Amino acid sequence: MGEIVDFSTFVERKTDGTAHMTLAVEGVGCAGCIRKIESGLNKLPGVVDARLNFTQRRLAVDWRDGEIDAARIVKALEGIGYRAHPFAPERAEADETRQAKWLLKCLAVAGFAAMNVMLLSISVWSGNVSDMTPETRDLFHWLSALIALPAAAYAGQPFFQSALRALRARHTNMDVPITIGVVLALGLSVYETATHADHVYFDSAIMLLFFLLCGRYLEQAMRRKTRLFAGNLASHKAEFAHRLDGKGELIHVPVAALQPNDQVLVRPGEVVPADGTIVDGASAIDESLVTGETTPRAVAAGAKVYAGSINFSGALTLQVSAAGSGTLVDEIERLLQKAIEAKSRTVRLADRAARLYAPVVHATAALTAIGWLIAGASFHDSIVIAIAVLIITCPCALALAVPVVQVVAAGQLFRSSVILNSGDAIERLAEVDTVIFDKTGTLTLPDPEVDAASIDPEMLERAARLALSSHHPLAVALARRARERAPYPGAVEEPGQGVRAGIDGQAARLGSASFCRTATGDAAAHESDASFIFFARGGETLRIPIRQSLRPDAVAVTQALAARGLDLIILSGDRPEAVGPVASRLGIGQWRASLTPAEKIEAIERLKSQGHRVLMVGDGLNDAPALAAAHVSLSPITAAHLTQAQADAVFLGDRLAPVLRAIAVARRARWLMKQNLALTVIYNALAVPIAIAGLVTPLIAAIAMSGSSILVTLNALRARLPIRGAEIGEMPMPAMSVPMVEPEAQTRGPVAPTAMELVS
Amino acid sequence: MNVLLYLVPLALMLGLTGLIAFLWTLKSGQYDDLDGAALRILPDDDIGRTNEGA
Repeated sequence: MGEIVDFSTFVERKTDGTAHMTLAVEGVGCAGCIRKIESGLNKLPGVVDARLNFTQRRLAVDWRDGEIDAARIVKALEGIGYRAHPFAPERAEADETRQAKWLLKCLAVAGFAAMNVMLLSISVWSGNVSDMTPETRDLFHWLSALIALPAAAYAGQPFFQSALRALRARHTNMDVPITIGVVLALGLSVYETATHADHVYFDSAIMLLFFLLCGRYLEQAMRRKTRLFAGNLASHKAEFAHRLDGKGELIHVPVAALQPNDQVLVRPGEVVPADGTIVDGASAIDESLVTGETTPRAVAAGAKVYAGSINFSGALTLQVSAAGSGTLVDEIERLLQKAIEAKSRTVRLADRAARLYAPVVHATAALTAIGWLIAGASFHDSIVIAIAVLIITCPCALALAVPVVQVVAAGQLFRSSVILNSGDAIERLAEVDTVIFDKTGTLTLPDPEVDAASIDPEMLERAARLALSSHHPLAVALARRARERAPYPGAVEEPGQGVRAGIDGQAARLGSASFCRTATGDAAAHESDASFIFFARGGETLRIPIRQSLRPDAVAVTQALAARGLDLIILSGDRPEAVGPVASRLGIGQWRASLTPAEKIEAIERLKSQGHRVLMVGDGLNDAPALAAAHVSLSPITAAHLTQAQADAVFLGDRLAPVLRAIAVARRARWLMKQNLALTVIYNALAVPIAIAGLVTPLIAAIAMSGSSILVTLNALRARLPIRGAEIGEMPMPAMSVPMVEPEAQTRGPVAPTAMELVS
Repeated sequence: MNVLLYLVPLALMLGLTGLIAFLWTLKSGQYDDLDGAALRILPDDDIGRTNEGA
């Protein structure tokens, strides 16, 4: 490209004259890549340091400003064979990383303390049944206190802070009983140590913290991994725009750097980078990603266009408007707000358990103390037994029961190309009984394909090879069929018309009906579900239909979903003539077409009021409010930005199988969560009577606590076993088998990278 | 039992050393790229360089 590329929004300049940039790199997969990239860049004059983080698939480059620039570095990487996308790390991501480090520090301190206190405790336990002197025992107890108290004060912070926050907001969460349990156990132990008693609970308190921190850290690591991956994906998707500067020169800038009132040039075949008003030019644009409508809309100066539309025929100059302006986007934003507010806050399984749990446990402990007092025990003994009840019921297993399953299930989904946006989506996915699909881009592939059924292959090959010289989206779809990848020499593109070239001595044309001088009889450019491109050579003309094709496994997946007892519905913004054939091919009886975003929400609300739990799968901007209104939602990775932000999970690749897989994994995960909660109830049913009877020693507490934690963790790991009946989802990562598409074909966004490519 | 008076502090010091070492590795970013670290030892281009030097 002979134009100027401007990456300055991503470059961080330091005071010592060096600059820093982070890039997400595609296609990094082995040890060789690390060396190739790092040594390749370090050789460049001016580069101070280049280091690839293989786990994150991100490259950090430092260079001396002035000697080399960001664009040259990206170019150099391209030369080595890697596509790199500069990006600005999100704030939320930095926060997550800091949080992860803090949790790991807490975990380390708790682990250190748990080991050393246990060392002393086991000595005391064995000393109690042999010949330990009271003085030695006291010394060990004091030593335990010396280790446990500061360690608990440090490592318990995540729980104490969260409990305080909850109490300040006048509600309660799982961390409240944890905090009460830990503080009472430590307080009691200090008192017992000071009064030379036999039993202290330092080890229980600190071990509890250790187990809980393990759960917290795992949960957080899962969140961080998905966020990291989403960040990489976003940067891979980041499109470039041609900004016109004051002198009418074109500058290649990342879409993120566009400002309102900037003027942007959109060439035929390109994606409209931002919402705006056309100031110059006329064209037809495909708004299927915005409205679901597959027939292109004619636009001219003064018309509003939306980001994500595809420019078909003429070059357009656009004035960028502020985000979220324009009638359609306004309407969608308004509906979105309403849908989000109306969405009844689903109470998570773990929170529901916690709400039941805390009052029951605290009441039991209080009753135990009163009971023992009435039975004639001393005040001291009654309190000790009551606290033992609290310690033994501390929700160690309960706090692990749900998060561990969530972590394992999210990992499973990640491997099947489904990326969760919210952790509790798994629970909601499991409850679904109705699946609503959008048609365009969801059931069908985002890119149109040639229907070659009745076309002479030789003619098609010629037409496809000629199409290589055009940027028109239909031509791009046709060009993908070309086996010979070299364009015809001398091919000339006439903007808005088509391409012509001499093929084997005969003039050939590819483009609109009039350009190819077709008989008016079948000159219609659009039929119910197809657009046509014409090819003329010699006396022959050819009408090539290009239509939205179904995802390759759509039929199998919808059948499998129906077999699992799910109701399937199609709600589309496209015309009935286009939706009907798709519905009948998929065997979906319930479908509606030509819906506005508001009507989609209405349909969902009606289903919800009938008691259905709805999963919405959609990709268009017009689906965003519906996604927010549904109980849970999924989007393909090709979806509009706003839509993806609303979805609970995003799936990659050309297949629909991740939808089936997501439901299967979620259902099993929910079943395992319930099992785990049942296990903790059984554990409490066994352990609490022993505690109430006053028979709990620190040894019993330690065994019960670690035993139950290990049990629920092992049970959660069963979420990794293969699921029967979801075999369609067991295929290898879809995008792995898809060959790289030629750059011209990428006007609609790059090939969905596999999860493994981005973050292993 | 007097042996405890130095054995216990010794055990604690060892544990504490481990903890500090862990916190140091965390701080110096050694867990930032676990997969990369596993792969970085594989290329043996540095062997050739030392042989040339010798």
